[in-house]
Amino acid sequence: MENSLFSYLPLAAVLISAVAIVFILLFRNRPNLREAVTLAAAAGKLAIVFSLLPQVLDGKYPAITLFSLSPGIGLALRVDEAGLIFALLASVLWLVTSVYSIGYMRGSGEKHQTRFFASFALCLSATIGIAFSANLLTFYLFYEILTVATYPLVTHKGTPEALKAGRKYLAYLITGGVVLLAGIAYTYQVAGTLDFKPGGVIPDTAGVSQLAVLFSLFLIGFGFKSAVMPLHSWLPSAMVAPTPVSALLHAVAVVKAGVFGLVRAVGFVLGPETLAQFGLAGIMSVVAGLTIVVASLLAFRQDNLKARLAYSTIGHLSYIVLGLSLFSAAGWTGGLMHIFNHGVMKITLFFCAGAIYVTAHLQNISQLDGIGRRMPWTMGAFTVAAVGLAGIPPVAGFISKWHLVAGTLQNQQFVFAVVLLLSGLFNAGYFFPIVYRAFFKPPAESLHSGEASRLMLVPILVAAGLSLLLGIYPDALVHLYNLAESAAQQVIGGIG
Amino acid sequence: MIHNVPVLIPISLIFFAFFTGILGVMRLRYSQLVAVFASALAFSLAVWGMVYVLNSGTLSYSFGGWPPPIGIEFILDRLSAFMLLVITGTGLILLLFPTKPGFKIEEKRGVPLYAIVLLLMGGLCGIALAGDLFNLYVFLEITSLSTYALVSIGSGKAGMSSFRYLVMASIGGSFYLLGVGFIYFATGTLNMADVMSLLPAVYSSPAVIGGAIFIVTGICLKMALFPLHTWLPDAHSYAPPVVAAFLAAVQIEVSAYIVIRMLLNVFTPEFMVGQLPLTDIIGWAAAAGIIIGSVMAIAQKDFKRMLAYSTVGQIAYVGLGIGLANPLGITGALLHIMAHALMKSCLFLIAGGVAHQTGITGIDGYRGLGRRMPWTMAAFTVSALAMIGIPPTAGFFSKWYLLLGSLDAGNWVFVVVILASTLLNAVYFFRLIEKVFAPAEPNDASARDTKELSPRMLVPILVFAVLILVVGAISVLIVNNLLTPAVQGL
Amino acid sequence: MVISVAELSIHYSYIMIVILLVIGLYGMLGKRNLVKKVIGLNIFQTAIFLFFIKGALKDGATVPVIDPETGFEAAAYFNPLPHVMILTAIVVSVAITGVAMALLLNIYRSYDSLEEDIIMQRMGK
Repeated sequence: MENSLFSYLPLAAVLISAVAIVFILLFRNRPNLREAVTLAAAAGKLAIVFSLLPQVLDGKYPAITLFSLSPGIGLALRVDEAGLIFALLASVLWLVTSVYSIGYMRGSGEKHQTRFFASFALCLSATIGIAFSANLLTFYLFYEILTVATYPLVTHKGTPEALKAGRKYLAYLITGGVVLLAGIAYTYQVAGTLDFKPGGVIPDTAGVSQLAVLFSLFLIGFGFKSAVMPLHSWLPSAMVAPTPVSALLHAVAVVKAGVFGLVRAVGFVLGPETLAQFGLAGIMSVVAGLTIVVASLLAFRQDNLKARLAYSTIGHLSYIVLGLSLFSAAGWTGGLMHIFNHGVMKITLFFCAGAIYVTAHLQNISQLDGIGRRMPWTMGAFTVAAVGLAGIPPVAGFISKWHLVAGTLQNQQFVFAVVLLLSGLFNAGYFFPIVYRAFFKPPAESLHSGEASRLMLVPILVAAGLSLLLGIYPDALVHLYNLAESAAQQVIGGIG
Repeated sequence: MIHNVPVLIPISLIFFAFFTGILGVMRLRYSQLVAVFASALAFSLAVWGMVYVLNSGTLSYSFGGWPPPIGIEFILDRLSAFMLLVITGTGLILLLFPTKPGFKIEEKRGVPLYAIVLLLMGGLCGIALAGDLFNLYVFLEITSLSTYALVSIGSGKAGMSSFRYLVMASIGGSFYLLGVGFIYFATGTLNMADVMSLLPAVYSSPAVIGGAIFIVTGICLKMALFPLHTWLPDAHSYAPPVVAAFLAAVQIEVSAYIVIRMLLNVFTPEFMVGQLPLTDIIGWAAAAGIIIGSVMAIAQKDFKRMLAYSTVGQIAYVGLGIGLANPLGITGALLHIMAHALMKSCLFLIAGGVAHQTGITGIDGYRGLGRRMPWTMAAFTVSALAMIGIPPTAGFFSKWYLLLGSLDAGNWVFVVVILASTLLNAVYFFRLIEKVFAPAEPNDASARDTKELSPRMLVPILVFAVLILVVGAISVLIVNNLLTPAVQGL
Repeated sequence: MVISVAELSIHYSYIMIVILLVIGLYGMLGKRNLVKKVIGLNIFQTAIFLFFIKGALKDGATVPVIDPETGFEAAAYFNPLPHVMILTAIVVSVAITGVAMALLLNIYRSYDSLEEDIIMQRMGK
């Protein structure tokens, strides 16, 4: 592949948390040491991923191929712009979440913490593996590992409810995996290769029906994890898991893996130009648009805070899907940026929800009157993130939204521009009442609560701060804008 | 010396069978040691043979110095070397499992148990090596007789199951013999290579067609291919765990191998695909078997019975690969033979170990065992994930090749069948995984005091689990070096 | 396609073999008594043996023991190979029957009956 640079770093990034699992298990009876291992691994992972930035920005892609998985297809890792965005998101947020989890798990006295931290580490290995996969088979390998590794986290509490949610989770995701496998096998047949290339690998000789089949298989296969409607119901059920799980995995890792899969499938396997040519992209846009609207409407009806956040996630994921369906550099830039921005903002909200649960023991929005007085910092961060999700400057959400809308206009799909703007209103509609209640309504007498503990509060503020920073200066720290734009250019302008 | 390897493997096993038979009269424990030694010897010979074949090509051994096609010969080519590895390797690890939980026999009873097991392994190796149609029959019946005896160990139910198995399998063997008769009378020779060269001249004669049908039907009976599978659930559920493992993981696979051998080296593919749509029939029967096996497995409450129906489904995957009759399909089938051998053995050993330690045989009893037997259940999880087909286990790779083969043949129905059965397998395996790791207190009083399985039981289980992952990782090596050259003829 | 009786009568041995095969199959699958099943199996296998032996016959040939008077050509003697195969197969058949009998003893000891339906009932199906 062009511009690939041999390097062990991608492999190290994947493996560092896998190695950590051994130590986490070893130290199961010494919680402080065990938690230190997680933090060290998270910091290490972030450092390694960060070190890959300069090379990728320069146009060189660190790569490594391990053994062969199938004749002609290797277990191959390659760091490109899109992958790096996802990997940065996952590693930054893992570090933040690890600190938060320690506070949360200890604050609520959860059991089976070793299993929790070990599974988390495995999930992160799989996520980075997904981000850095160079071909569909490697991608599939890590994708399925992620499904399996997240199961113990979803069913963590062990209640019948949790087990039921776990069953639903598996049913949906394994079905998705199976459909995806069909798509991958068929791709191999049609294209003769499973490698990712910007602009797609499907030969021009491929017929419409073949493309249509491939497209459907990928859309459905990845659609499960991306919570595209009607394949979304596992996500609200999965909210029964402890909040750090919901925060990192179901707002960031698992769902973004699904969306990232679509990034790869549309951008690097099928090719947006090919899809637009045959009108298939339109289907994706419509599905995404419907999901955005319906999810937002459903969000209004939820009283449980985490449930409302879940539906909001479903909506925002489809922002990204919409962006990917557009044959426009702006649309792709917006979509890729939103992967990162939404992740940071959503995790802030989930962290707040968790803090409220642990500190004030409240889960429903109707109970949150006046909580802003007792937990000002927490709710302040909540407000910042909510503003961002509604697409209002100066928080990060505005930047990605701007590009998305520009993308729809470039493609002359005004309907979707309207959908995006409407959705912004909806977001405001279901988030701002919470903020209003929290700050402007008097608290109930039963509300006895102080601010969240520092272990939880610091991550909350860091995440909120990051959302704000990226809104003002999109290229800060992680060069998000640069990466996204570069990737988008390659995909849209790439050789078909 | 190397030239004698093909014959040494089965002969040494049979020799040691007699030897351990005698020892078994004295003390079962000694006979187990000798059995392990004998299978280790066979395994090393198999590895040696494999290395030779990889470097220098096919090895042929003629009995009594009579050259083929007059004499009987043993052929060690890549396909047989592969099967020998599977047979002796799996056998070796299975024999390491302690006797009481494995065979449900008191140690002092002095039954010549290990003798019969070695006889079984010797017979299987003979089948893998046979280059002569009738010789194959002889070893096939040696194998079958050993299994009839082994299955009947234990309760009365095992006896009756073994009898019914005997009747059906003997029909199978006799059909095979009848088929061989037809072929002999049509071509005048029993040597497989010879038959292959003489057959094209008489393709359309009714004798040959009849012969092919009888041979394939007979072997499919032994392979438990749907709808000829009805003997399997009883035989595998009531047989002692290690016996069930030998049956499900090795004997059935070797029967499938016979069909593959017939396809590749006796009735050439032109015949089996062109003249007579035998492979099509096998393929569709297999597709039905996959679904039915998986669905029936979901309905079972007893762990071993669930595994038995699962075997019906899994061997049907091999049948599907055969039915596709293209290189990728047969590669998938062969890889699945190896993968299934590892996975099923691990699962049956776990069933045996748990039953021995806690008396639990039903699925419901497995609730909460994850805490008490972490290593065992970790191995169970690996095997279960492999059966479902999650990468990077070996089970995924065989499915991958089968999928590619089905797409190559343009058969989307098969693709759907493979994928649907993945979901079905996920249902009954994840149901068990969920139970195992659920934190609720186990209901069984005896289970509350359960400890982890003893190391003697645990080691073979863990070895299989590790091998499942290792074979998954090196599957390409296996495919490139062994399987792809073996299926060149297609 | 009309087959004349004359044609059929030439192949009477094959017809007998088929009849025996069917009788054997019926015995194995249709009869309830386990011993009868074993007998059916034997009949079935014997039919196959007869088939082989029939196939070894040649017109005007004699027993395959070389006799200087008869000459040294192969055509003068029956084909010995099927005979050899059958000897082996007979041994296999005897072994199968032996194992079957042992199993029947075992079953009888456990269930006190040799009728299939009674045994299935007692097995608790």
